[in-house]
Amino acid sequence: MLRDAALVAGKDLRLEARSRVALNQVAPFALLVLMLFAFALDPDRGILARVTPGLYWVAVLFSGLLAVQRAFAVESTDGVADALRLSGLDPAGVFLGKVAAVAVQLLALEVLLGLGVVVLYGADPSSVALLVPTCLAATLGLAAAGSVYGILAAGLRVRETLLPLLLLPVLAPVLIAATSAFESALGGFPGEGWRWLGLLVVFAALYTGLGLATFGVLLEDG
Amino acid sequence: MNDGTSSPGTRVLGALTLIGMAVLLAFALVISPADETQEETVRMFYVHVPTALVAFGAFFLTVAASVGYLLRRSEGWDVMAGASAEVGAVLLAATLVSGMLWGRVTWGVYWTWDARLTLTALLFVLVLGYLAVRRLPLERERRSRLAAVVGLLLGPATVACHYATTWWRTLHQGPTITTADAKMDGTMLFTFFLGMVVFGLLYVWLLVHRFRVLWLEHRVEDLGLDEAIAERRREAVGVS
Repeated sequence: MLRDAALVAGKDLRLEARSRVALNQVAPFALLVLMLFAFALDPDRGILARVTPGLYWVAVLFSGLLAVQRAFAVESTDGVADALRLSGLDPAGVFLGKVAAVAVQLLALEVLLGLGVVVLYGADPSSVALLVPTCLAATLGLAAAGSVYGILAAGLRVRETLLPLLLLPVLAPVLIAATSAFESALGGFPGEGWRWLGLLVVFAALYTGLGLATFGVLLEDG
Repeated sequence: MNDGTSSPGTRVLGALTLIGMAVLLAFALVISPADETQEETVRMFYVHVPTALVAFGAFFLTVAASVGYLLRRSEGWDVMAGASAEVGAVLLAATLVSGMLWGRVTWGVYWTWDARLTLTALLFVLVLGYLAVRRLPLERERRSRLAAVVGLLLGPATVACHYATTWWRTLHQGPTITTADAKMDGTMLFTFFLGMVVFGLLYVWLLVHRFRVLWLEHRVEDLGLDEAIAERRREAVGVS
């Protein structure tokens, strides 16, 4: 199963390395979102600094949505879905591979956005001990839930509108928990943040488990 | 065959529900006393809590029926999951509306972002997403399979929503009935249980009807398909 996962993840990352869609389109989009927030909220540092954690995670969520959509769009054209089914790869392995590939891209995006909020919004990233595990747990949750709904909506004509409707409410707990953890880390009282990190870990574990259990059923569709 | 989706059983059920509603209204609005702290607004309780609990029950049936569908792949489980989610959505909407009105009176605002309210709103949106999946223009078996997986995911959200007041410190009050030291007036307790029974009956009544309607919708789909196949056949015969 892990070998299959590595194969799928490797394939997706190679695809990204060659097509550079995430690099050339999703990453600039994420930065653009940060700039739009600054325009909308009046670049008065006072407001921006207070709402930085929320804006950061909303930006991650929106650009992550694009990354998930992209990751599954490549599986739904040219009969790739059938090929994937016929390949004999373990569905759980395919799921883990997809999650890993999406998570790697999301982490890269988060680093970029992190630099963005430090430079543009003047955030202070000194509580690394809390920020990094929060990012990791939130990313795993985003990637796992995103992969479950991504494969579900892939290949449907209404996928662009259906995926956000299904995925965003599911990801709301991640947004809430990650924002709260970031708030306490950036605000200089990291003690509060650990409970939220716990919630992120539970969420990630829950959706990884659900994905492993249901991916076989979801892959049956063409 | 009769013209509607009713049968002698559902007519009795419907009559019981309506009579029960009338009795519940009498108890909730007139007979039960006002609360010491909440005064008259406590009467909201007899609608708000039963609709919420019955809605949670409805979503659990959706989750269970989704599991049933994934294991057995039979149409009945699929239709059951859909019907239960639809009725649950209506009940949850009633919970939200009654809660907002109650909140306006006791907290001064319609809405506040505490854990219970947030999770209820999320659960509602999740159910709407589930119902959207059920309306996708797809082959039925594929749609049922997708819906079953999405339905499964309602489970954790419902559990989190139900225990929100226990897990987080919330403005919304926690469990009142099951707490041991709760001193509730006998009439109030009776009215609450009556509310549970009546909204439970309402749920079952609507569920049976929705089940039958969805089942018939599937039959209509089949008819359309059979018709189309027959038409193609006739064309083929006409050519040769």
